Amino acid sequence: MSYVLTDSAALFGRHLTHFKRLPQQLISVTLMPIMFVFLFGYLFGSSMVVPDGKYLDYIMAGILAQMMLANAINTGVGVADDLNNGLVDRFRSLPMTQFSVLLGRTAADLVLNIIALLFMVLVGLLMGWRPHGSALSTIGGVALLLLLGYTMTWLGCLIGLTLRHPQVINSVAMAVTMPLAFLSAGFFPINNLPGWVSAIASWNPVSAIVTGVRELWGNPVGYGDDPSWPLRHPVPVSLITLIVLLLIIVPLATRAYRSAAAKTT
Amino acid sequence: MEYAISVEGLRKRYGEREVLSGVSLSVAAGSVFGLLGPNGAGKTTIVRTLATLLDIEEGKATVAGFDVARQGAEVRKRIGLTGQYAAVDARLTGRENLVLLGTLAHLGRQRARQRAEELLEVFDLQEAANRLVGTYSGGMRRRLDLGASLIAEPEVIFLDEPTTGLDLISRTALWNMVRTQAEAGVTVLLTTQYLEEADQLADRVAVIDQGQVMAEGTPTELKNKVGGERLEITVETAELAQRALVPLAAVGVAAPIVDSTGLRISVALDAGTGGIADAATGLQRAGIAVADFSVRRPSLDDVFLQLTGHRTEDTTVAAAGRTER
Ligand SMILES: Nc1ncnc2c1ncn2[C@@H]1O[C@H](COP(=O)(O)OP(=O)(O)OP(=O)(O)O)[C@@H](O)[C@H]1O
Ligand SMILES: [Mg+2]
Repeated sequence: MSYVLTDSAALFGRHLTHFKRLPQQLISVTLMPIMFVFLFGYLFGSSMVVPDGKYLDYIMAGILAQMMLANAINTGVGVADDLNNGLVDRFRSLPMTQFSVLLGRTAADLVLNIIALLFMVLVGLLMGWRPHGSALSTIGGVALLLLLGYTMTWLGCLIGLTLRHPQVINSVAMAVTMPLAFLSAGFFPINNLPGWVSAIASWNPVSAIVTGVRELWGNPVGYGDDPSWPLRHPVPVSLITLIVLLLIIVPLATRAYRSAAAKTT
Repeated sequence: MEYAISVEGLRKRYGEREVLSGVSLSVAAGSVFGLLGPNGAGKTTIVRTLATLLDIEEGKATVAGFDVARQGAEVRKRIGLTGQYAAVDARLTGRENLVLLGTLAHLGRQRARQRAEELLEVFDLQEAANRLVGTYSGGMRRRLDLGASLIAEPEVIFLDEPTTGLDLISRTALWNMVRTQAEAGVTVLLTTQYLEEADQLADRVAVIDQGQVMAEGTPTELKNKVGGERLEITVETAELAQRALVPLAAVGVAAPIVDSTGLRISVALDAGTGGIADAATGLQRAGIAVADFSVRRPSLDDVFLQLTGHRTEDTTVAAAGRTER
């Protein structure tokens, strides 16, 4: 049983070595978010109005949530890479615990996410964003984002193992995460949206997550007078949604790992 | 006899296509067994099945005394796999690759490090040990890959086309490594498309085509299957070649074959010895001047041609190499 830990630790070390060798990876993860903070926070910020607060304070949670969603792409491509270059075959022929292959990778991606989030928080602070909650609830907001990121790395594993081809993984992961990010309260207050779009957006889990993060950070929530049910209880709703998603995706990804390795490339 | 690998009636299908149609094999412990077959014959499928990577749909296989289908974990403790394509992490150094795989093989940190050093030395990778594998040449990668499959000192190793894409020097080096393993008592199952490789390395060979074992035996046994020695003569003109067919047909056990140049004729002789002298006399009587007259043992090329009805890809190269010697 303890082999799960030592095997995962060994593979975790492998991925951390990759990060160390290629620190530019941090830039590729944070480049888009930095652009977004700059464009939305500064340039469009003046013409965007949110109830009770600054647009920059509002948008930070949305930008960081989108960064977490993008994990699906990176992890998916990485997993497919191991599959296509035969490493998964080698792992499968070893007496190791196979679950560790995905566990080690998602744990390493979690570390990358922590670093990337801290970096982005710094960028945000430099640009004028401020959390107004307690230190603990600010950390709680970061933790909620990390849980989203962790769920998305597992989704990435599932997508990568099922689709195998980097290009296809890229476009499918985009097609899944883009609507999640933009058809939500991530970038604009949703009550400005037309009726049915607004209804979809208010039930999009990403809306609950960003609203939860805003609440924890004491940033403007921007939902006006009559928020939908998920937005009235954003933190419990997001926690439950993400945990349920993990409980579904992790077994699916584990199964995909087994059957993917059984196919020849 | 003790078998390290035994396979009985193994079948595998992908959709409609049956890629293994009842393969049976027995490999004695400590021997080198060659699976010889052309592209798509099913070699990789057999190796991946035995290495527990593919599910067994029909048939039975045991490796190192354990049932592949039901005791996969036990099998994995005792095998090493070098797949058809080098499976190493290009973004780690050679040493890091070996230590990682040693750790995953549950050798323990200390032993994994020690084992990595040993293998780096054996496979002549000490100088490159701290370089990223991405910068390695194909031959170095292959050596590292082979080293990786030996990390846990397995009882049985599977090598899927280990020398494809290697130059002559690397190939010879790899052959020596395989021999060393066999001398140390390791059972080696290797696949190859090169007849010469099977001939050189394997104690026993199975010729595979379209998912079936066409023949099995020692290289010598297989060669004997296609009759005795082969007489090959070369003449100056195509016209002479045609005339030479008559006396040669008289001494051969099968019809003489003229090759694509139209100048070289080969004919299988009876196992007895008189054939050569008879052929020489016959040609002389017919007044045919022979530029080159040689006798050779049948090669695995001939076996392959006879058993499968088609030649292997490298036949022309191998045959050309042989006549030059
Ligand atoms: N995942 C798969 N789906 C469908 N067909 C497959 C799959 N894997 C292998 N095959 C088919 O099975 C047959 C046997 O393949 P295999 O890789 O075992 O051959 P091989 O003898 O190793 O060939 P090569 O010398 O080219 O490596 C081939 O016709 C191949 O196309
Ligand atoms: Mg093959």
